[in-house]
Amino acid sequence: MTNINAGDTAWILTSTALVLMMTPALAFFYGGMVRKKNILSTLNLSFIMMGLIGVQWVLFGYTLSFGKDVGSFIGDLSFLGFQGVTGAPNEGSTIPHLAFAAFQATFAIITPALITGAFVERVKFSTFLVFSLLWATIVYDPLCHWVWGGGWMGAMGALDFAGGTVVHIAAGFSALAFALAIGPRRGFPKAPMEPHNIPFTVLGAGLLWVGWFGFNAGSALAANGQAAYALVNTNTAAAAAALVWMLLAWRDGHPSVLGIATGAVVGLVAVTPAAGFVTPMGAMAIGALAAPISFYAIRFRQKRNLDESLDVWACHGMAGTWGAIATGLFAAKDVGGTDGLFYGNAAQLGIQAISVAVTIAFVFVVTFVLVKVLDAVMGLRVSRPKEEVGLDLSEHGERAYS
Amino acid sequence: MLKKIEAIIREDKLNDVKEALAEIGIMGMNVVEIRGRGRQGGITLAGRSGSYQVDMLPKIQINIILSDHNLDDTVNAILKAGRTGDAGDGLIFVYPVDEVVRIRTGERGHEAVMYPGDIDEKKSKKKD
Repeated sequence: MTNINAGDTAWILTSTALVLMMTPALAFFYGGMVRKKNILSTLNLSFIMMGLIGVQWVLFGYTLSFGKDVGSFIGDLSFLGFQGVTGAPNEGSTIPHLAFAAFQATFAIITPALITGAFVERVKFSTFLVFSLLWATIVYDPLCHWVWGGGWMGAMGALDFAGGTVVHIAAGFSALAFALAIGPRRGFPKAPMEPHNIPFTVLGAGLLWVGWFGFNAGSALAANGQAAYALVNTNTAAAAAALVWMLLAWRDGHPSVLGIATGAVVGLVAVTPAAGFVTPMGAMAIGALAAPISFYAIRFRQKRNLDESLDVWACHGMAGTWGAIATGLFAAKDVGGTDGLFYGNAAQLGIQAISVAVTIAFVFVVTFVLVKVLDAVMGLRVSRPKEEVGLDLSEHGERAYS
Repeated sequence: MLKKIEAIIREDKLNDVKEALAEIGIMGMNVVEIRGRGRQGGITLAGRSGSYQVDMLPKIQINIILSDHNLDDTVNAILKAGRTGDAGDGLIFVYPVDEVVRIRTGERGHEAVMYPGDIDEKKSKKKD
């Protein structure tokens, strides 16, 4: 048994707090982009995940993800209700087992919250709660186990430092599946759906950027050199993506602030799987290229008249896919112990591609089936009058601004 | 005879119009923030990726009740101060008013819309 390291433990506890902050930050990032009759509803779709998954994780989510491996597919039930998860460290770890479990809880919380951008302004709240609970259990927990919990994807050598596949591809492609199943908001695309408070979105993006230091640098699970790489890479990729997005938007008219904020988030998404494996120059390239990928993915989505309302697929799914592939290109042995294609290890790119393809197929199919079943059993969307009045009043009996 | 002026103007012209009206002695007014559209159909805003059209734009509606012999001066002041020459400068509507009652004093009609320093007082001073 290893000893607890105070520095490592302090950093992981701090990172846990930073990552938890990202969920309310995301709430404001999304909330600013909806119409004002749906702001409370949109905030709550993210906020309630801290309640729902905060409980699910302790009861059985953690053990499904990180319990003793069963067939490379899922964790067993040995940590049910956090039993046996204590202040003592795991074998080979320098932080309390509880600190690790709490840090991971914040990832499990934000991932289903990310999906909510797909179906804002029309989703039925009760169905949404059931969806999120089931999605966390049958999509997130197994995927998390495959990559980080001792499952087959990690064993294959797939690199995912902080959740390119587990968090962003999973959320992005599930969002696409959900949007296809629920259909567009009434009036889309003819009626203007103007963001009602872009300052909220900029505030949310700024807090996400700060929180992401915990997300990525905390994923080193220690206060060490790799954590420092992850932090610098995170900042560099976000900075590059925000700048490139600004230029893309400027070329089309104006350097939109909403666009710049979106660009920063896209850079953060793309560097997530790579953060502890690449050099700062690699991270800069990953961020700079993520911006056009998501920028034109939004165009593509708009052209198809698909109401994936807040572009979770374009921003998280596509930037996450790019980041996971790019990890196989830019990974450098000196940083994280593995080389990518640009350092002569072509095989890593193949492994990354397999992990991406399987993740996309798995999350898309399971989510689509799950949503279709829930649609038949409970109904996915609110009635037409409720949608027209807005979900704040019709679902929550409140209004945001009096 | 009393009239009501309902002037729809640009948000950013409110101060100019207010000052121009104060100069000729029109102090009393109320102002409503409204949204609307005219023939030109709105403006283009920058989005996340690409732009979009917004057609209901914020405007200011100024309401003034006055005696009809002051109507032309007042309309001209609004015209001069509120105009930029571009689409979206707005419109002025004029309506007849049946009655005005000042709640504090119970005064009615012309008496009710008079106050010290108003447009009539300024005009009579000019004549002196």
